Amino acid sequence: MFKRFDGDARQPVEIFVDGRPVMAREGDTVSAALLASGLDVRRQTAVSGAPRLPYCMMGVCFDCLVTIDGMGNRQGCLVPVRPGMQVEIQKGKREIGR
Amino acid sequence: MTSNRPMRDEYDVAVIGAGPAGLAAASLSAQSGLSTLLLDENQGPGGQVWRAVTSTPLKQTRLLGDDYWAGSKLVEEVRASGAEILQGATVWSLDPHLELGISVGGGSQFIRARRVILATGALERPFPIPGWTLPGVMTAGAAQTVLKSSGLVPSGKTVVAGQGPLFWLLTAQILRMGGQIDLILDTTQRLNYLRALPHAAAFLRSPYLLKGLAMMREVRSKVRVVSGVTKIAASGDGRLERVTYEVRGRSATAPADLLLLHQGVVPNVNLAMSAGVKHQWDEIQLCWVPVLDSNCGTSVDGIAIAGDGAGIAGVLAAVARGRIAARAAVEALKPEAGAKAPSMDTLRAALAKVERGRRFLDVLFQPPKQFRIPEGDTVVCRCEEVTAQDILDSVAIGATGPNQLKAYRRTGMGPCQGRLCGLTVTELMADARGKTPEEIGYYRLRAPVKPITLSELASLPKDESATKAVVRG
Repeated sequence: MFKRFDGDARQPVEIFVDGRPVMAREGDTVSAALLASGLDVRRQTAVSGAPRLPYCMMGVCFDCLVTIDGMGNRQGCLVPVRPGMQVEIQKGKREIGR
Repeated sequence: MTSNRPMRDEYDVAVIGAGPAGLAAASLSAQSGLSTLLLDENQGPGGQVWRAVTSTPLKQTRLLGDDYWAGSKLVEEVRASGAEILQGATVWSLDPHLELGISVGGGSQFIRARRVILATGALERPFPIPGWTLPGVMTAGAAQTVLKSSGLVPSGKTVVAGQGPLFWLLTAQILRMGGQIDLILDTTQRLNYLRALPHAAAFLRSPYLLKGLAMMREVRSKVRVVSGVTKIAASGDGRLERVTYEVRGRSATAPADLLLLHQGVVPNVNLAMSAGVKHQWDEIQLCWVPVLDSNCGTSVDGIAIAGDGAGIAGVLAAVARGRIAARAAVEALKPEAGAKAPSMDTLRAALAKVERGRRFLDVLFQPPKQFRIPEGDTVVCRCEEVTAQDILDSVAIGATGPNQLKAYRRTGMGPCQGRLCGLTVTELMADARGKTPEEIGYYRLRAPVKPITLSELASLPKDESATKAVVRG
């Protein structure tokens, strides 16, 4: 769907998506890094389990919901990546306690 | 200065949103000596139009255009103004007494302000077509956001569909960056060219005319554009695979990995409405706009709205309105400081100049009914997965408006709080019941206007009376 522009000279930042290492760039949001990763990062909705990807990328649609460092229902499009960040693709509802 | 949490409990002026309007407002307010807090949800200033202006990997001026880089000047101005700037801060409540609930870094606190300027801008109008929830369907603005902030460009088979001034800007930017666009589906109604004609004279003097025409020419020279599109549907198994569209009753299908939708922007009303600001239905822009006085003041004493949240008028008008709202705050709180700032007459004249020709764009790009009021099993509420037919069925058994509909179907009660379905629900119910959108009304919005965790609420500082109200013994 998306590729990185060739002239992007930002520092790489390693994050983990469901345990797999993914190379993001400094300044990426989690959702941008996921979209650029080429991995299947579709979440499943809480209501029907339908597959979704981010829709608005500006904090209003909540289709980018993702578990970040053990906390569920984070808006991936608003959270910047940090080295070593653990991202889990959310399947269904947020679990109690995370 | 940029801070990690508010440095004080009370400010003269709190500005919410660091886009063009918020930057202009905070800058003028702080320059006049008012203690000013600028709050913004993103990691850096700029809002949507100047998104990532301080951090974009696309450093070459040519790629994003001069209008984008104009934003960095205003960012420098606000940084030098003495305003306190808080990025990554979500304002989740604002009450009529001007108390703000702010979440930053996973913790919340309340602050008070003597004046609040809402510069929360716009969001893209819902574009509820069949299949718009499929992975691979996004807004055109979303593509523009990842382009500016992360240098991502579409790479697979890409279709862009819709209309409006921003639509052409975005397609031009993607193409300049080497991104792929295979097909453009233009949904502008042919009839609108005639309807917009009476407003054309004013538009001829608009600063947007020449830029707009040049951009459309640039795009049309590179990509196939199909005009007069009256139907669009996305389909695929678990993700987008194809886009089907109709022109003059004839149907065609294009393979697609990515479909970018856009049919204009509308004010982001959630925070303003939750504070009790009176809004009304705009018959031309087809959205809710706040009722404002000539100082951008709202029906709630002390709250002003600047920028596209005050009614869609574009970046230059946003800057002008931001300055007007800030100037009004200075006149109210510290009139002696007003002499340094431009006079209100000068500011209003600047606004009138950049608003020129707006009506032409509003009428020309008024989105067609079939793309605003969907039918059948097209999803309306993306969060709760409620279809157009579900809503019509609820109307048939007695749902009268958006608030009753919540009890029937939970529309608007998911995490987006109606941002992606509210306008559709209002117009759909108005259409079904033979009423005007004004009569049907909108969701009653309440704090928290963004979801925050219970633990974050529980860890808010409490005074003794609050504790006594719930603790026994």
